[in-house]
Amino acid sequence: MTLNDLFVLSPEIIVTVSALIILILDLFLAAEFKRSLAGFTLFGIVLAAVANAFIPIGSAPLIQGMLRVDAISQFLNLIFLVGAGVAALLSADYVKRQGIARGEYYALILLSTLGAMLMGSSANLIMIFLGLETLSIPLYILSAFMRTRSASQEAGLKYFLLGSFASALLLYGIALLYGATGSIQIDEILAKLPAAMLATPLFVYAGGGLLLVGLAFKAAVVPFHMWAPDVYEGAPTSATAFMAVAAKAGAFAALLRLFGPGLMQIDSAGVVIIGILAGLTMIFGNIAALAQLNLKRLLAYSSIAHAGYLLLAITAAQSTPLAGTAINGLLFYLLIYTLMTLGAFGVVILAEGRGENLSLSDFSGFASRHPWIAGAMAIFMVSLAGIPPTAGFIGKFLIFSAVIQAGEIGLALIGVFASVISVYYYLRVVYYMYMRPSTSERPVFVSGFIVLGVGLTAIAVLVFGIYPSVILQWLPQAASATLP
Amino acid sequence: MLSEYLSILIYMILASGITLVVIFANKLLGPSRPSARKSAAYESGIKPTGTARERFHIRYHVIAMIFLVFDLEIAFIYPWAVIYKTLGWAGFIEMMIFLGILIIGFLYAWKRGAFTWE
Repeated sequence: MTLNDLFVLSPEIIVTVSALIILILDLFLAAEFKRSLAGFTLFGIVLAAVANAFIPIGSAPLIQGMLRVDAISQFLNLIFLVGAGVAALLSADYVKRQGIARGEYYALILLSTLGAMLMGSSANLIMIFLGLETLSIPLYILSAFMRTRSASQEAGLKYFLLGSFASALLLYGIALLYGATGSIQIDEILAKLPAAMLATPLFVYAGGGLLLVGLAFKAAVVPFHMWAPDVYEGAPTSATAFMAVAAKAGAFAALLRLFGPGLMQIDSAGVVIIGILAGLTMIFGNIAALAQLNLKRLLAYSSIAHAGYLLLAITAAQSTPLAGTAINGLLFYLLIYTLMTLGAFGVVILAEGRGENLSLSDFSGFASRHPWIAGAMAIFMVSLAGIPPTAGFIGKFLIFSAVIQAGEIGLALIGVFASVISVYYYLRVVYYMYMRPSTSERPVFVSGFIVLGVGLTAIAVLVFGIYPSVILQWLPQAASATLP
Repeated sequence: MLSEYLSILIYMILASGITLVVIFANKLLGPSRPSARKSAAYESGIKPTGTARERFHIRYHVIAMIFLVFDLEIAFIYPWAVIYKTLGWAGFIEMMIFLGILIIGFLYAWKRGAFTWE
């Protein structure tokens, strides 16, 4: 480890140090100053984002080949930090209202972000596993953070049991791949796989399959999605918002590193399997969302469906000349998914008032009572459905065009049909807000922090939809970076 | 390549063989006069009370977790101490960072009352 290594890793170091400082501050701070911890969290995240923008990009591996900081990991870090920052904004007053305002909450969000960042830049299977655990364990705790509510306890326990099972599968996959190739460096494994597939095909297929299952579980890909609706519903809403974003982005970062470009040359069957998973996820996620009347469950199924679109980009990244386009699409979509999902959960937090379990009928006539919040929600719903002029449309356009250029017409058709289905349940929310007479007088919970978070994400979704080049001009550099 | 493992194989056979011989010799040669008191569960010489399948207080769990952390810390410190001189200052600073993070965790557990029984 050299000083340069430390400099390149400064975003991760800043996030870690902020988490530790928050733990200490929480012990010694008087109760009335606890609210400043959210501000401190934001400060740490902004500092890390600034450091992230200035780190020198090189594809040389760091710390004995454990990490590789390139343009892709830099952009992924930005996504994780944006997600954590908005999640901190949404949490600040929510945790206080629910009586769970403790410093650990912010420390856990920061540590989870650290895990996602390590996953995004890992060049080694052990690092992927460590990153995944650092990402997941705080999420288990966050989902059970409302200790007095049995739904939250159930969510935490369910997530913990299923999640640790998935981690075990992933670890077994790593062990098998190590046995087959004799290496845990991702680039060395990819180089040695063709020979290993002739010598010990069973080890390679079982190992790769277990890796895929473990990551698919964390990303909530059908058929490994069963935990998602229950956990999303039971967890505190601000934790759900963070979870929906961080776990998904982290898992897709690792999927990109492991099953990204290069898989096709080694094994075309693996690409077919990923394509089937993508199709299943898009169809099932969207159809199951049709029946949901609880807003948090609806957003949970919506996040499952979006995992399908993201997997589609991984499939498209396999055709060599287009890898850059598809990775660009994936990165852009991940950023936009982060913004619109966090924004939608922010509106749910506002509309929940002091209660729980916001249902669709609570949104009846919402626009006449709170036109601004309803307007923001309409933007998020339209963007999630992928309708212009929002950023969700640009993201879907990038991914589907990459898929069509890669020649996967069937998958692209499934994707488009699934998006058409999704329009129904997203716009139904808008319909309830604008067309239904106001029946429920559920008081909203107005908080400056949350309104700021919702407003920023809504503006970003609109601006990136009208001027996508703001983001896109950063992306070609990201995609031309070396992938192992 | 396999011949390099021959000594390990011999060791395994010897270890399991001697263990089995001793156990069976004990069974064959020793007198066996069981009584109710002798076949009761051994609880450090005190009369056994209750069953072994009891519910434990959650505090044992917390203590066990804190123990695990510091157990692993020692597992890291021993090899570090052996090659301490070759690592030089860089190794010293790295270990201090590691210990610093652990101490923050310890402080946290302490202030949160993980060590008070009541």
